[in-house]
Amino acid sequence: MSQPNIDVRYVANLARLDLSDAEVATFQGQLDAILGHVESLSALDVSGIEPTAHPAPVFGPMRDDTPGNSLTPSAFLANTPDQAQGQLRVPKVVTDA
Amino acid sequence: MSASLTALRRQLLAGETSPADLLKSLAASITKRDSTTGAYLSHDLETALAEAATADLSLPLGGIPIAIKDNLNVLGQPCSCGSRFLAKNYRAPYDATVITKLRAAGAIPFGRTNLDEFAMGSATENSALGTTRNPHDSSRIPGGSSGGSAAAVADRTAIAALGSDTGGSIRQPASHCGVVGLKPSYGRVSRYGLVAFASSLDQIGPLTQTVEDAARILQAIAGHDPKDSTSLQAPVPDYLAHLNDGVRGMKLGVPREYFGEGIDPGVRRNVETAIQSLAAQGAEIIEISLPHTQHAVATYYVIAPAEASSNLSRFDGIRYGHRTEKPNDILDLYRRSREEGFGPEVKRRIILGTYVLSSGYYDAYYSRAQKVRTLIRRDFETAFQTVDAILSPVAPTPARRLGALACDPLHEYLSDIFTLSANLAGIPGISVPCGTTDFDGGTNLPVGLQILGPHLGEAKLLQIAQAAQI
Repeated sequence: MSQPNIDVRYVANLARLDLSDAEVATFQGQLDAILGHVESLSALDVSGIEPTAHPAPVFGPMRDDTPGNSLTPSAFLANTPDQAQGQLRVPKVVTDA
Repeated sequence: MSASLTALRRQLLAGETSPADLLKSLAASITKRDSTTGAYLSHDLETALAEAATADLSLPLGGIPIAIKDNLNVLGQPCSCGSRFLAKNYRAPYDATVITKLRAAGAIPFGRTNLDEFAMGSATENSALGTTRNPHDSSRIPGGSSGGSAAAVADRTAIAALGSDTGGSIRQPASHCGVVGLKPSYGRVSRYGLVAFASSLDQIGPLTQTVEDAARILQAIAGHDPKDSTSLQAPVPDYLAHLNDGVRGMKLGVPREYFGEGIDPGVRRNVETAIQSLAAQGAEIIEISLPHTQHAVATYYVIAPAEASSNLSRFDGIRYGHRTEKPNDILDLYRRSREEGFGPEVKRRIILGTYVLSSGYYDAYYSRAQKVRTLIRRDFETAFQTVDAILSPVAPTPARRLGALACDPLHEYLSDIFTLSANLAGIPGISVPCGTTDFDGGTNLPVGLQILGPHLGEAKLLQIAQAAQI
């Protein structure tokens, strides 16, 4: 692990998150401190150690293939910020040719 | 409402009170006291009274109202997660499995308790929707992230509550508020309907006045759920059967790494007294080592934010929750909706998690942390070959003052040192009150004893906790 050097605005963009300049400045110091602490892990020898993704892994579980109720369209749409004609409405995402 | 769940069940069965009386009494105490404590974000007496009218008292939790952390979906109720993102326009469209199970056991979900935004925090100060104060000292934090649930039980505005624990979020507020808090083993309780923070760490559990109450609620909510593929098929034992069997002959481990520098002397004294009490009851106390303890915070604060950054990508302003006004295009909609909807701690963890998962850093951070997680898990497996359970403090200090760590997230993270490892290892842990101490100008502040057990060892954990309870 090298010295932490997080580009806060670049990473925030990867996470689709706008930040104000003030937030970038605050987070920079805080995240550098946190990553500085995380550096301590580099002192450990982890060669040959299997990673743990889940503490009690269950592999390939299948539930019974039985029909059941799922959310109705109206129950789903009740929480949407914008809707029209029984559909979610979002801004136009294709530009005119 | 000072009686325990178990005592109130007896009163209900004897006809000395009714579910409606319990609800009205709780609602009155919320009106009277919760303006100070701030444990609740909302409560709906009318709906609860309608449920109480048909409550089946013959069921194990029949007629008992239970407060619910505001990150668990209860059909038709708010589920804000303490966030602006979900505060205004979100109503739960279904019941979480724990709610379905509580209802099947006769309980009535009543009241939504405050939390750190999306359960990220140890003080409930990261809630965007209000401040929760410790009922023992209103200048102090209740702990977190299930701070509202712990404060409500401590303030007797709830008989019992559900919380969620990703790194200590049930046990630490239970400790700070002087109540019992149980984090079950990973996979013991279905997570379906819990708004996900870190999916390999999250578990739902009870916060209660007594150990027996915690056993009764765990009994109701444990078990496999086809809707959560990580919930285990293992049979659910009778958690009350051996509750009062004591600790004679048990081997209880005390990890030397949990009693080092940084522990408040009052916390140490109370925990050591509780350990001596268990020894006096016939337990053998054995010093053990959990050698990778010092790496738990670093490991956790890679893995938990990584999972959070992935889980919280669903909050995009499209399907539910907050959407920004007049976005220029779809990317602008995502970015500004998230900027406006999330608070600082959530943003910090999303950025941290995105960073440790990003190309070029994945192996150095995320992959390495997963390997250290294996070492931490092995520490416990080795320890449980020798001892039945492990005893420690829950937190290094009693409840601190509100606002004391506002700009120092790393310092706050380091205070989670004793609770995080149980989530990384997937083992159960319980916090039991073990007296009070003076701290930082405050007097008679509660201290919790933490008991950790092997995976699926809740029955023995509860048995030890029952013996430790004072």
